[in-house]
Amino acid sequence: MRTPLLQLKGVSKRFGSVIALSDITIDVFPGEVTCILGDNGAGKSTLIKVLSGSHTQDEGTFSIDGEEVVLTSPRAALDKGIATVFQDLATIPLLSIWRNFFLGREPEKGFGPFKKIDKALAKEVTRTQLLEMGIDIRDPEQTVGTLSGGERQAVVISRALYFGARVLILDEPTSALGVKQAGRVLKNILVAKSRGIGVIFITHNPSHAYMVGDRFYLLNRGKLVNSFEKENVSREELLRAMAGGAELAALEHELKNAGEAQ
Amino acid sequence: METKPDERFVKPKLSTRVMRRPEFGALIGALSIFVLFAYFDQSGQFVKLGGIARWTDVASTEGIMAVVVALLMIGGEFDLSAGVMVGSSGLVLGLLVTKVHLNLYLAILLTLIFGGLIGLLNGYLVVKTKLPSFVVTLATFFLLRGFNLGFVQLWTGTVRVDGLHNAKGYEGVYRALATTVWAPNQFNVDIFWWIGVTILGSWVLTQTKIGSWITAVGGDANAARNSGVPVRNTKIGLFITVSLAASFVGIMQCIKFDGMQASQGVGEEFTYIIAAVVGGCLLTGGFGSAIGASIGASIIGIAFIGISFANWNTDWNYAFLGGILFAAVSVNTYIRRRAERAKK
Repeated sequence: MRTPLLQLKGVSKRFGSVIALSDITIDVFPGEVTCILGDNGAGKSTLIKVLSGSHTQDEGTFSIDGEEVVLTSPRAALDKGIATVFQDLATIPLLSIWRNFFLGREPEKGFGPFKKIDKALAKEVTRTQLLEMGIDIRDPEQTVGTLSGGERQAVVISRALYFGARVLILDEPTSALGVKQAGRVLKNILVAKSRGIGVIFITHNPSHAYMVGDRFYLLNRGKLVNSFEKENVSREELLRAMAGGAELAALEHELKNAGEAQ
Repeated sequence: METKPDERFVKPKLSTRVMRRPEFGALIGALSIFVLFAYFDQSGQFVKLGGIARWTDVASTEGIMAVVVALLMIGGEFDLSAGVMVGSSGLVLGLLVTKVHLNLYLAILLTLIFGGLIGLLNGYLVVKTKLPSFVVTLATFFLLRGFNLGFVQLWTGTVRVDGLHNAKGYEGVYRALATTVWAPNQFNVDIFWWIGVTILGSWVLTQTKIGSWITAVGGDANAARNSGVPVRNTKIGLFITVSLAASFVGIMQCIKFDGMQASQGVGEEFTYIIAAVVGGCLLTGGFGSAIGASIGASIIGIAFIGISFANWNTDWNYAFLGGILFAAVSVNTYIRRRAERAKK
C-alpha cells in the first residue's frame, strides 16, 4: 500500500454552531490528480482553507508523507510544499513576467547595499520553466497583463513547482474561463501531474474533472458523499452522482414535460 | 510537452518600446515646454547657462521630492503631508539651533529623526487602520500645518525662524547643501543632490527586489501578499522615505535661506504629485518611473522660471501646472490601456 503524499482523516471544522466540514477523509498521491467536486455551499472553500493552512481542523488528522502535521498558516503550508493557486489572485498585471515569477523570492547578486536582482538568471529561469509548461514567452519582460488567463495561471503553477511545491491546490481554476482557456488550464494540470506533483483540483464542473482526474471526491453539505477512482467510473456516472442522480432524473422529466406543454 | 513559438508574438520595434516607457511622454513635454519658453523669453537669458541654473534650482528641490513621492505612488499610496513636512523640518531645525542652542550637526540629525518618525506614524496608521492614505496624510498635513504656525508663534512670537548663520559649522553645511558653483552662472549644489536621489531612486526601483516589491504592492497588494511580499513593511518604508526626504529638503532650504517661514511648503505636496504623474506614475499605483518624476520636476522648473522670464504674471504658474497635469494624465491613461491590454 502506497503512502499518500497528503492525507486527511476524519477532518471536521465548525464555525460556532455551523458544521462546515464533517468527517472528511481524502488521500492525495504524487503524480495523480485528485478532484474535489461539489456544488456551491458544499464546503469546498472551507476544505481548501484547511488544506492551505488558513484554517486548522477541529477534529481529525492532517498528514504529509504519513506524518501528522498541524498547519497554522499559509506560510507553514508553503514550507511543507503545499502551494495554493488562487484564481487571478497571485499575479500583478503591470509587472513583467519574470518579476512576477520571482516576486518575494528574488535571486540577488552583489554585496551589502549594492545587492541587486540577478536579472539575467531570473529571466532565463522564467523562460525555461514556462517552456516546460508548454508556453513560449520569448520575452520575459512582457507584462503579465498581456497574457491570457490560462497562461497567467501557468506562470503561477510553474512558479509554485520551481520553488518546490509537492502538492498543488487549484481552486476552481476553470470556472471563469472559456472553452479554449479551460483547455490550457487542464493542460497545466497534466504537466504538473507528469512531474510527480500531487494535484488537488477543486471544481464544480464534473466534465473538466473527468478529463484529468484520477480520483474523485464528492462533497455535499460539508460531508463526503461519494468517492471514485477513474477506472471504476464513467463520465455519465460521475455527472449523475454529482447532480445527485434522482434529482437530475426529476429535472430531466420536468424539462421534457415543459417542452411538450409548449 | 511539445511547444511551438507563438506566432502572434512579435517583438515590438525599438520605437514602440521607447514610446511605452513611462518617461517618454514627460521627456517630450519637457522639450516642448523648453522650446515654448525659449521662444517667449524676454530676457535673452533663458537658454543660456544662467537661465538653466535658475530653473534647475527650482527643479532640484521639486525633483528630490518628486522622486520619493513617485516611489510612494508606485507603491499605491499618497502623502499629502509631504509638502508641509518640508516646512516643519526647517522650523524644527531652526528652533533647535536658534532657541535650544543645539549643535548644528546634532540638530540636523534630530530633524531627520523627526522626519523619519512622522513617516513611520503615517505609514503605521495607513497599514493599521487600512484607511486610504489620502485621508490619513490629510490629517497629518493639517496637524503639522497648525503646529507650524501655532507653535512657532507661541515660542518666537513671529511666523519665522531665522538667524542660523551664527551657528558653529554653518559654513560647512552651507557649502554641502546650498552654495552655488560655476560662477557667474550660479548653479546651486542642490542639483547634485537631485541627480543623486534620482539615480538612487531609479536604481532601487529597477534593479533591486525592493523595487519589485514596491511595484507589486501598488499593483495588487493581495497578490503581492500571496506571493510572500512583506506588504506592510514595504508601505511603511515608503512613507518613512518620503518624510525623510522632506526633512532633508527642509534642512536644505532652512540653510539656504538662513531660516524658515512657518507657512513654507504648504501646497507643495500637490506639485510633487503632479511632477510624479507627469513623469508617468499612475494615480492608481503599480506603475511609474523615478527618472520620469525628475523630468516632471524639470517641466515645473522650466515653466515657473520660463513664465517669469517671459515677463508674464507668475500668478499663471498654477494654471499652467493644471494644464500640464491634465495633458499628462490623458497621455498616461492611454499608455496604460495599451500596456494592460490583455488577450482575453
